[in-house]
Amino acid sequence: MSAPTAARPQKAAPRTRTSRSGGARLEERAGWLLTLPFLLLFLVFTAWPVIQSVFFSFTDIRNKDLRTPFAVDFVWFEQYAKAFADPVFQQAAFNTIYFVVVGVPLTIIVALAAAIALNNGISRFRAFFRLGFYTPVITSIVAVAVVWRFLLHPDSGLVNTVLGWIGINGPNWLGSTTWAMPSLIAMAVWRNFGTGMIIFLAGLQAVPTQLLEAASIDGAGPWQRFRNVVLPIIRPTVLFVMVTTTIGYLQFFEEPFVMTKGGPLNSTISASMYTYQQFSFGNYGFAAALSYLIFVVIAIITAIQFKFLSEKGD
Amino acid sequence: MFQDTGFRRRWWLYLLLTVALLVVVTPFVWMVLGSFKTSSELRQVPPTWLPEHPTLDNFTSLFSRLSFGTYFANSTLVAVAVTVGNLLFCSMVGYALAMLNFRGKKVIFALILGTLMIPGVVTFVPLFVLVANMGLVNTLPGLILPFLVGPFGVFLMRQFIMGLPRDLVEAARIDGAGEVKIFLRIILPLLGPAMATLGILTFLGSWNNFLWPLVVAQTNNSYTLPVALALYSTGQNQTEYGLLMAGATVVVLPVLVVFLIFQRHFIQGIATTGIK
Repeated sequence: MSAPTAARPQKAAPRTRTSRSGGARLEERAGWLLTLPFLLLFLVFTAWPVIQSVFFSFTDIRNKDLRTPFAVDFVWFEQYAKAFADPVFQQAAFNTIYFVVVGVPLTIIVALAAAIALNNGISRFRAFFRLGFYTPVITSIVAVAVVWRFLLHPDSGLVNTVLGWIGINGPNWLGSTTWAMPSLIAMAVWRNFGTGMIIFLAGLQAVPTQLLEAASIDGAGPWQRFRNVVLPIIRPTVLFVMVTTTIGYLQFFEEPFVMTKGGPLNSTISASMYTYQQFSFGNYGFAAALSYLIFVVIAIITAIQFKFLSEKGD
Repeated sequence: MFQDTGFRRRWWLYLLLTVALLVVVTPFVWMVLGSFKTSSELRQVPPTWLPEHPTLDNFTSLFSRLSFGTYFANSTLVAVAVTVGNLLFCSMVGYALAMLNFRGKKVIFALILGTLMIPGVVTFVPLFVLVANMGLVNTLPGLILPFLVGPFGVFLMRQFIMGLPRDLVEAARIDGAGEVKIFLRIILPLLGPAMATLGILTFLGSWNNFLWPLVVAQTNNSYTLPVALALYSTGQNQTEYGLLMAGATVVVLPVLVVFLIFQRHFIQGIATTGIK
């Protein structure tokens, strides 16, 4: 750490490095040495499966062919054609879009509101509130599911009990084709807004207080200050949270898996969950095609959002 | 947006936040209290808040009737191994990508960025085939190896190390230190906030990971906590809520404690590692 500047002129002194090219060679070797363990694991367990999933999606492999995954029948786009014609997949795709379209904006609004309130509105107990709002993020989805299934129980659940106090006869939340999806969305917002909140808190640090004071002196109200001063500055942060939340919600799997098993009547089945189901039935080729469809949609949406990010951001 | 952050002028905001906090935290309080109730009390209409006859039976049943000790050990081993692997390997690559010049560097970085956005669901089919062919289904290595490194960790480390002063490295090189020594003695001690952030995120991610363990752990003694809990809670038998509440509490409390200890570094890390 404490390298004396006087050492600088003695360039030729070090034994390990006799010339510039020797140093470059050492750097080259060190670079590869440091990268190699990662690279091996990454190529085997990430890159290779990514490539292979494309291959699998064009084949018809089932459980028995696992040991020789390449001795398979090529069916080309048959699996994709099957997916598009499959009414359950159509329902799953619809549910996934429903989840994203309603869930993402809700999550971002709640996260932003909490971040603004914590950052500018209050001075005391900030860390306490921040931690409290973040706790659902830390929690295992399975624990969440256990508790929420209980809270949403039509008879002995806390939600319907509280609704009963004000004279509302609550529905059978998870057992109703109408209310099961809103229940899962509410749970997802509750569970995920903390992540966005933390990132927004980091982003809000970049908003200079002098600018807000100046706007205030000019007579701008809280909403105008938000709209015209805060929002343009945190725009990249908003888009980052939007992209990551959208990607996460497009993979909507755990909530229906542990809460409803996709029911009632497939009303909460998601594209990812249907993929998992097909996989567990041994339809590996079909499952690979489904997962690749999800990937393509995610890639397209990400590309669109990034386009906005680079156009309007800096 | 708001100027005056005085407590008295902002009482309404504190009230609002407190109500919101109650809504957010109620499920936890409910869960922890529920774990001390009997199954019949949990089924009672209207529901009770405090346990009428507090009991530890649920917790003892976890260990006597289920192999909760095994699930707990599996979850801990996997999470610790995955976290250590990510911290070590990702910081090494992060240093190489940020401070060293070597052929193939750009290709590697492009590869990492490219896979950053690929969701787990895309790879689990071929990954399962791979792990099955390696004979690692139902083993801890099968749960650990695919997550030992990840593109996110490398990206985070690279961004953070790029922010460190280059002079430190140059000076050490002139002093004759090798790159590995520079990494271990100079860079590693400076990675505190980034390590805390990546460590917490990786540990939480692994502890709560669900899809992969569900796919790869198919026998009782290879289950992790979430898998065991999920399978138990969606089984055919009459749901035993008391047991589930206790199990859920056991899943949440360790990570809550880890987070409470490191949260200051975590928040600081988020602000300085460029995740924004």
